[in-house]
Amino acid sequence: MTSDASRLGFYLLLAPILLWLVLLIILPHIGLFIVSISEKVGPREYEYGLGNYAAFFGEPLYWRTFARTAIMSILATALTLVLGFPIAYYIAKLTKGRTKTTLFLMCMIPFWVSELVRTFGWMILLRETGVFSNLLQSLGLASGGVEMLYNDAAIMVGLVYTSILFMVVPLVTTLDSLDDSLIEAGYDLGANSTSIMREIVIPHAMPGIVSGCIVVFMLSLGNYLTPILLGGKDSLWFTGMIYTQFITRFNWELGAAFGFLLLALSSLVVFVGLKLSGQSLSETMGRS
Amino acid sequence: MFANFEKLGVAAVTATAIYALPMAAGADTLRLLTWGGYAPEEVIAKFEAETGHTVEVTTSNNEEMIAKLRATNGGGFDLAQPSQDRITSAQEEFGIYKPIDMSRIKSELFIPSMLAATAENSTFDGEVYGLPHVWGTSGLVVNTAKAGDVTDYTDLCEASVSGKVSYRLKRPTLIGFAYSMGLDPFAAYDDADAYQEILDQVEAKLIDCKPNVKTYWGGGDEIKQLLRSGEVIASMAWDTGGWQLNADDADITFVAPEAGALGWIDTFVLPARGRADDAAYDWINFVMRPDIASMITNTAGNFTAAVDGDAGVNADLKARYQGSFDQAAIDNIKWYPPVPAGLEALEGATLDRVNAAK
Repeated sequence: MTSDASRLGFYLLLAPILLWLVLLIILPHIGLFIVSISEKVGPREYEYGLGNYAAFFGEPLYWRTFARTAIMSILATALTLVLGFPIAYYIAKLTKGRTKTTLFLMCMIPFWVSELVRTFGWMILLRETGVFSNLLQSLGLASGGVEMLYNDAAIMVGLVYTSILFMVVPLVTTLDSLDDSLIEAGYDLGANSTSIMREIVIPHAMPGIVSGCIVVFMLSLGNYLTPILLGGKDSLWFTGMIYTQFITRFNWELGAAFGFLLLALSSLVVFVGLKLSGQSLSETMGRS
Repeated sequence: MFANFEKLGVAAVTATAIYALPMAAGADTLRLLTWGGYAPEEVIAKFEAETGHTVEVTTSNNEEMIAKLRATNGGGFDLAQPSQDRITSAQEEFGIYKPIDMSRIKSELFIPSMLAATAENSTFDGEVYGLPHVWGTSGLVVNTAKAGDVTDYTDLCEASVSGKVSYRLKRPTLIGFAYSMGLDPFAAYDDADAYQEILDQVEAKLIDCKPNVKTYWGGGDEIKQLLRSGEVIASMAWDTGGWQLNADDADITFVAPEAGALGWIDTFVLPARGRADDAAYDWINFVMRPDIASMITNTAGNFTAAVDGDAGVNADLKARYQGSFDQAAIDNIKWYPPVPAGLEALEGATLDRVNAAK
C-alpha cells in the first residue's frame, strides 16, 4: 500500500520533467531531423536525402562561418574565465557577510534587464557618436569620431558581458566550499601564492570552472542578438545563418540541417573539453 | 483555501472553453498579421465600436509573415498583409492562402487600376488571392547637405561618401543596383539564366562597393538612428523612413533614384485556415473608407489604394511626398512583379557571396 502510494508519487513528480523532455525537446527534434533530410525537388514536392548536409560541406561560406562561430565562442569562454575567476575568488574568499552579498548582487543586477536592452546599451556606448567616442574626443585623445561598433571585438565584449554571470556563480559556489585552512596549511608548508593557486585552489575549483565554461560556451554559440546587433558587415554568426535560411530564404530544410550540425558541434566541443580537463559530466554537474 | 483554488481552476477552465468555442456570428475576433502602423489604435477602436468585432494585431514583415503562416499551414491568423509580389510563389509552394470572394468586397472603394493590377499579379490557378491596401517605394534616403551628389543607387559606391553608407543585404538592393547599372532585372524574372547573369554583375559591383559600407542595416529603427546621428549620410531605405527623418532634420529626405524608385503594394490576403472571414471582409471594407484610409496614411506614412484616401492626409506629409516625387519620378517607379518560385534561392546565393567577400 505504502509502496504503491510512493510509486505513484514518484511518477507524479517525474511527469513534469518527462513531459518537458518529450514534448518540448525530443518531439521537435525528431520533426526537425525529418525536415533536415528532406530535399526539395519542386513546389510542394520533397524526397529524402542528405543533400542539405552535402550543401553545408560543399559551400565554403557555410563551414567557414561554422568554424568561425566555434572559435570565437571558445575564445569568448576563455576570456570570460580569465575575467570571471578573480571576481569569483574575491567574492568567495576575500569578503565576508554583507559585502559578499552586495558584491554578488552587483554581479546580478545587469541581468535583471533583458539581453536586448543590455546589447542596446553597448551600442550606445560604442557607436561613433556614442559615449566612449565623445569621451575620447573631449579628452583630446581623438580628433574625430571613433567607431568601435560593428566589428568582432564588439561582439566579443558583448558575449563576455552577457555570459560572465554564468561563470561567476558556479565558481563562487565551488570556491566557497574550499576550506580556508587548506590554503593556510599551504602557506605554513612554505608554498607561494602561485603554487597554492596551482596546487590547491584550481584543482578544487575545477568542476566549477568546467561547468561554467560549458554554460558560457553554449550561450555564446547559440547567441543570436549580440553578434547580429554588434557585429559588422563581415561578422557572420552561425545562428544568424540559420535564421536567414528559415525566414528570408524559406529554406527550412537547409536551416534544419544547420541546426543539427550546430547541435553536433556543441556536443563535440563539450565532450572534448571534458576529456581534456579530465572531468566527467556527472561529477561536474553534481558538485557545483 | 482549497475552495479558492477550485474556484480559480473552474474559472480558468471556463475561460479556456470560451476561447476555444467558435464565436457567434456577428462578433468575431480578427487576428490581423500586418505591418507596424497599418492598424492604428484609433482605427481599431472605431472598427470595434462599429462592428462589435475585436481585433488582435501582430506586426511583422514579408518574410516573417510567410514563415509564420507556413509553420501553421495558414492558421493562426484571419487576415495578413504581405506585398503583392510575394503571394503567388508562396501560394504555389506552401498553399497558405485562400481565394478572395470579390462579391464581398466594396470594390468602388478601391482605385480601379490598382485593384486590377493587384488582382492580376496575385492570380494563381485562376483565383484572385490579393487586394491592394498600402503602397510605397524604396529608394535613397540621403543627407542632402553632406551627400547631395548621391542621386542613384550606384552613387553609394562613390569615394565621396566612403564609410558613411548603409544598405540592406536583401533583394531590393540587388534589384536597385541592377537598374542603376542599366540592366532590367524584372524583365529577366522568368529566365533563370539571364537573371543569374544580372546577379553576377551586381555581385561584382556590391563586392567592389563593400569597403564603402559602414554596416548592412537590418531594422528600420537602426537605419533611422544611423542617419539621424550623422554616422551615415547616404542609404537605401523606404520613403516613409526618409520623410519621418525629414520632420526632425530638414537636410535628410527621401530621394527617388534616377534609375527609378522600387514600388511595392502591400495587400490583404486571407490565410488558408483563418476562422473569421466575416470580420476580415468587414475590416477590409472598413479601412478602405476614405476617412479611415487617411488616418492610416497619417500613421503609416504611406498612401493607400482607397479612392479619395489622400483627402484627409496632413499637409506636411503631402508636401514631403511631392518634394520627393515629381510626375517623371512617379512614372519611373519600377513596380515589383510577382517573384517566381525559386528565384530567391539564386538571390540568396549571391547575397551570401557578397556577405562573405573580404
